[in-house]
Amino acid sequence: MALLMLMKSQGCVRSCVTITSRNLSSAPAPLAPPKLNSKLALFLYQRFHDVEQMVSWSSWLKRWTLRRKNVYYGYTQMHYGDNVAAAYYILCMKGRFRFAGQSDWFQTNYRGKFSWDFMNFRDVPIEEVDMSGTLINYSGLDNLESQQGLRSLSLRGCPEVDDWFLSHLHIFQDSLEELDLSHCSQITVGGLASLHRLRKLRRLGLSSLPRLQSPGLVRILLEEVLPHCHISGVEYSQGLDETGTDTGLQTETEINQLTEDHTYTQGPHRQTLTR
Amino acid sequence: MVIVFNKTMMTAWRLVARACSAINRRSSVPSHVYCTSVALSGSRSFSTGTAVRKDFFKGADVESYVKDFREKARAINPGSDWHPLHLTPGLPPERTDILIVGGGVVGWSIAYWLKKKERIRDGVRVLVVEKDPTYSQASTVLSAGGIRQQFSMPENIHLSMASADFMRNINEHLSVLNEDPVDLQFNHSGYLFLASENGAEIMEENYRIQRSAGAKVTLLSPTQLKEKFPWMNTEEVVLASYGLENEGWFDPWTLLNAFRRKAMSMGVFQCFGEVTGFKYRTHSMMTEDGDLVDLTRIRYVNVRMPNSLEYQPVECAIVVNAAGANAGEVAKLAGIGSGPQDTIGAIPVPVEPRKRFIYVLHCPDGPGLDAPFVIDYSGVYFRREGLGGNYITGMSPEEEEEPATTDLEVDHEFFQEKIWPHLANRVPAFEKLKVTSAWAGYYDYNTFDQNGILGLHPLVNNMYFATGFSGHGLQQSPAAGRALAELILDGGFRTLDLSALGFQRILSNRPALERNIV
Ligand SMILES: Cc1cc2nc3c(=O)[nH]c(=O)nc-3n(C[C@H](O)[C@H](O)[C@H](O)COP(=O)(O)OP(=O)(O)OC[C@H]3O[C@@H](n4cnc5c(N)ncnc54)[C@H](O)[C@@H]3O)c2cc1C
Repeated sequence: MALLMLMKSQGCVRSCVTITSRNLSSAPAPLAPPKLNSKLALFLYQRFHDVEQMVSWSSWLKRWTLRRKNVYYGYTQMHYGDNVAAAYYILCMKGRFRFAGQSDWFQTNYRGKFSWDFMNFRDVPIEEVDMSGTLINYSGLDNLESQQGLRSLSLRGCPEVDDWFLSHLHIFQDSLEELDLSHCSQITVGGLASLHRLRKLRRLGLSSLPRLQSPGLVRILLEEVLPHCHISGVEYSQGLDETGTDTGLQTETEINQLTEDHTYTQGPHRQTLTR
Repeated sequence: MVIVFNKTMMTAWRLVARACSAINRRSSVPSHVYCTSVALSGSRSFSTGTAVRKDFFKGADVESYVKDFREKARAINPGSDWHPLHLTPGLPPERTDILIVGGGVVGWSIAYWLKKKERIRDGVRVLVVEKDPTYSQASTVLSAGGIRQQFSMPENIHLSMASADFMRNINEHLSVLNEDPVDLQFNHSGYLFLASENGAEIMEENYRIQRSAGAKVTLLSPTQLKEKFPWMNTEEVVLASYGLENEGWFDPWTLLNAFRRKAMSMGVFQCFGEVTGFKYRTHSMMTEDGDLVDLTRIRYVNVRMPNSLEYQPVECAIVVNAAGANAGEVAKLAGIGSGPQDTIGAIPVPVEPRKRFIYVLHCPDGPGLDAPFVIDYSGVYFRREGLGGNYITGMSPEEEEEPATTDLEVDHEFFQEKIWPHLANRVPAFEKLKVTSAWAGYYDYNTFDQNGILGLHPLVNNMYFATGFSGHGLQQSPAAGRALAELILDGGFRTLDLSALGFQRILSNRPALERNIV
């Protein structure tokens, strides 16, 4: 019986593998072969329901913590106003900020404590925010939505900042001038394509984005749609040698694969419209 | 092929057969194994006496017999994964609780949500029956992959918003331990609808509905439009609406595979075979008006295995029809629409395949990274594909010019005559372009009102429908699957009230039409 089950599950795994391998061209680089202890964990996970339950609890707990940290500060907002709520959120996340017209930054000390002086600035909007290395995510951004004068936002090395987050940044489309996205491990071109809505953007940092393919080409394309913006952290040549000309080809072959025998190719001659 | 059984092989056969029947005495064996072993124990009649059995047990190494046999079998049938325990691989189980016809994105989404909502482990047995393992004709993989909130019916807007929400958190839902996370390759470029003089008023109205439903959409005047998208010719455009969030396009294959991978890891059975018929019972009932109607209940679903005439009846309690463009045909198999004329029994499920073409263009000077999914008021749409100056485009033909749906041939005249003039008019850069490839796919077209049909059929009281999405089924699949699972397991819609998409509208002839939507 166990043997049968095992064979069956092997069958499942195999079919899953073939399913995913169809998509290899679009998937990120393959993972390294699993280590012994992760193999053991997987074995236990598949064997025992308790282990499975524990794993699902722990991932639930992780998500819950993240959600709780990025919860909407509605209560603070109602009692103390938008600016205080935004400031409080930033400090709770261990970020830094600067009110408009001031030179001092508010930040937490090394033990995560902060002074409550920002409560005195109820009517002053926030101008610069530095959330580097924090767990800010899509829903946390709602806490900053009221800051329509925000000019600079740094998201350096934020693990939860993804393409959906970038598409949500349009809320600052009339104010944001500086944006730093360096070292954000989840960002791809699908999210960067939405940045053209930030028409005031003057400076954009894009260094070390592991999931961004052919960054050089993306820089050229971004400069095309954001002509006044200086993009740093990416060289034009980056990724061009292997992928620059490749991107077009790759998508084409992908499409050809997809359409299989419905593919039709017109001759290489250029057509012009005759009307 | 003639297989000569020699002594060792015979022994091994019997060993396997006996092992099988021993296993079968325990109750919890998957039933497809059961079928196999019946076939195997039939081979007992080949038995030539007791001698074999004796020397078999005389200290013979059982393991080595089996190994020998396996090797011989492999030698006879090289290159196949033929295995004595799986004589007919992939045969469906004999009974299941819920059988889903059609393993497209809608079918797998329903399977996932059913498993997600079950209260106890293996509380419901779910089987997905798909006739084509390569998905060569399924709409899912042949679609343009777009998602938008710019609809006029609140139900559609909510469905798409809920689906976008699902996709944002897709790895909370669909990641599987020790497998790569799901990467939908979502492109957040938004949709841009253009309106001419005639459509502007409707667009404004739609905009208000969309805003009140919570969608992030803005209206643009022609001047703003030109400023934002300088590559566009805004002549005759009076108004445009542009989605800021949750709109764009993604890879349909990835979504389908992610649903499938997750659902199977949660214990959904999959089987490749075609649903060719139903066995059902019919009772005649009198309606309040004194009409006689036939109420049907499906007992068995006949599943025919690929490339064979063999079929297996699967006993099930509930059937879900998610056969996409074929849903109308599948409904006919259950006798829907064959009742006496002028009664509700004569109303068929109004879903049929309609062929739509997509052309892949190459135009190095075309619009760049800011190009949204543009939908012109002429009906022509296009979007960027990758970063190398490629685009895909298409259009729905006029009702009277619908192409035949016998095959998936592409009509290239259609591009030259109908699409290109509009395209080049809207984006002058497209006057010079090259069509690099093209494909065709079937819309699961609802001829009644071009909107999804979600719910139980009033006359077949255990067949649920999730079909007829007519060109927006891919984007609605996550939320539609959840809605249907709620309908089945909770007995009613819980998160989104989609009763407007039920069968009632068809029977009472009140179409739920989208306004001004391509
Ligand atoms: C050209 C084109 C562009 C599109 N663009 C978009 C878009 O941009 N956005 C969007 O949201 N939607 C789009 N769509 C629509 C979308 O693809 C469909 O609405 C959606 O894929 C429907 O999914 P499904 O699972 O119901 O159907 P399918 O994917 O067709 O799946 C049905 C499955 O059922 C199987 N089946 C059928 N009959 C039987 C049977 N008797 N027994 C067993 N199995 C059976 C079929 O083999 C098939 O695999 C587009 C469609 C086309 C054709």
